[in-house]
Amino acid sequence: MLKLEKRPQPSKAWVWLAPVVAVIATMIAGGALFALLGKDPLVAIRTIFWDPLFSEFAFFYRPQLLVKGAPLVLIAIGLSLGFRAGIWNIGAEGQYIVGALCGAGVGLAFYPMEGWFIFPLMVMAGALGGWAWAMIPAVLKVKFGTNEILVSLMLVYVAEQLLASMALGLMKNPEGFGFPGSRNLQQYPSAHNAELIAGSGMHWGVVAAMVAVIFAYVLMTRHILGFHIRLTGEAPRAARFAGVNPGRLVLICLGLAGALAGLAGMFEVSGPAGRVSIDFNVGYGFTAIIVAFLGRLHPLGILMAGLLMALTYIGGEIAQSRLGLPAAAIQMFQGMLLFFLLAVDVMTNYRLRLTWREVA
Amino acid sequence: MKLTKLLTTAALALGLATGAMAQDKLKVGFVYVGPVGDGGWTYEHDKGRLAVEAEFGDKVETVFVESVPEGPDAERVMTQMALDGAKLIFTTSFGFMDPTINVAAKFPDVKFEHATGYKRADNVSTYSARFYEGRAIQGHIAGKMTESNIIGYIGSYPIPEVIRGINSAFIHARKVNPDVQFKIVWAYTWFDPAKEADAAKVLIEQGADVILQHTDSTAPLAAAAEAGNIIGFGQASDMGEYADGPRVSSIIDNWAPYYIARTRAVMDGTWTSTDTWDGIGPGMVGIGEITDKVPADVKAEALAMKEAIAKGEYHPFTGPLNKQDGSAWLAEGEVADDGTLLGMDFYVEGIEGTIPN
Repeated sequence: MLKLEKRPQPSKAWVWLAPVVAVIATMIAGGALFALLGKDPLVAIRTIFWDPLFSEFAFFYRPQLLVKGAPLVLIAIGLSLGFRAGIWNIGAEGQYIVGALCGAGVGLAFYPMEGWFIFPLMVMAGALGGWAWAMIPAVLKVKFGTNEILVSLMLVYVAEQLLASMALGLMKNPEGFGFPGSRNLQQYPSAHNAELIAGSGMHWGVVAAMVAVIFAYVLMTRHILGFHIRLTGEAPRAARFAGVNPGRLVLICLGLAGALAGLAGMFEVSGPAGRVSIDFNVGYGFTAIIVAFLGRLHPLGILMAGLLMALTYIGGEIAQSRLGLPAAAIQMFQGMLLFFLLAVDVMTNYRLRLTWREVA
Repeated sequence: MKLTKLLTTAALALGLATGAMAQDKLKVGFVYVGPVGDGGWTYEHDKGRLAVEAEFGDKVETVFVESVPEGPDAERVMTQMALDGAKLIFTTSFGFMDPTINVAAKFPDVKFEHATGYKRADNVSTYSARFYEGRAIQGHIAGKMTESNIIGYIGSYPIPEVIRGINSAFIHARKVNPDVQFKIVWAYTWFDPAKEADAAKVLIEQGADVILQHTDSTAPLAAAAEAGNIIGFGQASDMGEYADGPRVSSIIDNWAPYYIARTRAVMDGTWTSTDTWDGIGPGMVGIGEITDKVPADVKAEALAMKEAIAKGEYHPFTGPLNKQDGSAWLAEGEVADDGTLLGMDFYVEGIEGTIPN
């Protein structure tokens, strides 16, 4: 008989093995799902995971991986800091929206003036916007002990209403014939977050994501703050004895996560998306939660997980169009990834034991 | 610019490589904003796609991607379709406008058709339907049928298209029932069954016994059926499954004739960039079966109005009409011009409340 036995220490090997096993399990279960839908599972899996990287048109898809992955990585890095310390910011989507609105707002305010300083100002405004939106749950938690999960999540819906209001009112393109949506920042050189090398997919958001990965790595391994974060997450009581101020930690973790999410929104609105529109946000803030856990809350893991997630999006679209797979099947496939990860994660803290039932 | 070149070369190479095959098989792509099973907007576009397949059989191959977010994702999906050899691509949501223009610039040989937008290019056409013509008929039926004199209206977003529909319905409801009032709720979504049902319930609680909707799911009709003694209309699609219950008629988007015509134009090499805004006359807007719940005389009047609109004898926005603030808009007998209608951002006189922005 099989028995689960708690490990005295979480298994180091399983921490890193779990995502790999989860990906393989997703491929198998997903393949079965595709087969049930009457598609060749091997072709479907190849279309999702292989074609974007190595097919005839990979020159187009590879840069797209960076475009799709950068906001995920940027947001997930910020979230992981808080998650490590047991501070649960679920509202990155809202911080992403507000960052985009602040960044775009600064850019639109200067239109049509040209100047080198406009884009840096937008970057600052984006980070500040996201930071300020995250400060609401942070301050409420520190001052009144509210639950940051609920407050940050609810603020996503407030941010969405704010976005709709901006797209329909204040930021509406005056030359847009009354239709909602702002001017396209791609056509405003000083505010455009253009590709740094044409055709590479590299824009400032990608650079920022990479810097964030390195920054987070150094912070977590070399800096006292990183130590405090880890200590608070693993042993809150010990952390208090070690002189960690929990309130300060909440402010820092939520603030950093908000600023990074705000930056992601700002780079997106000024680059790939181009304009503030009612449906500007597409769920990066929520997907980033999956990315953070898939990446084991480790900066390098998050980088890999972000790219993997981007791959399933891009490959999923190709599979829809080439094989006629329904979008819901692709979404299920992505959902399975988190499901299997959480399931396999049991192995990190428990081990399987083969036991013989003793005769009573 | 390197990417543009690369893409064009690739498209060209592909065009050459599959040239012999492509001669008898045209690949047509469809980009949808919602799921094909939404029962409304996207469902009808997909019916148009199936009609293209039925019409041309082996001569076409259609591909589609559903639930595509508006923005960079849409741009990638369109590019992917063009790379895979699609020669005609329909992008069926307003928010796909800038992505369509961007991708079209990279693939000059591919024709694009964008629904409900206003930006065109040499290889980008736009098309939309005059849904407000159907709204006039709805308003007439609603005004005659209401007993509480309160008509509920579920708006999606306060954009010209939706405001036009509200105005058209209101004008014709008031015309037959001077006591009628409109209560408008904004759902801020095109498709969200839960939100739409909530909106319908709120309106019913406020006394509305007719629900008009400008959102795409059947949830408002389901809510009306649950409440009982409420009538509603199918939106974008016939929603005939509610014909035994609250649904008394519907506005149907019929894209099939247009999609077939445009596909044929590409095959014949006669495709040019155009702007199409068709209504009941050419068949782009259909009026679903009016059920027996509607008294025979009201039904006859509604059908007569449909006939007059189809023939071009009657325009739903014919003066005298004032704006909400009381200022004159259209003089006696004057007909609204398309420019004003396309950018409509005001209510007509008699509607209460303000347009949110």
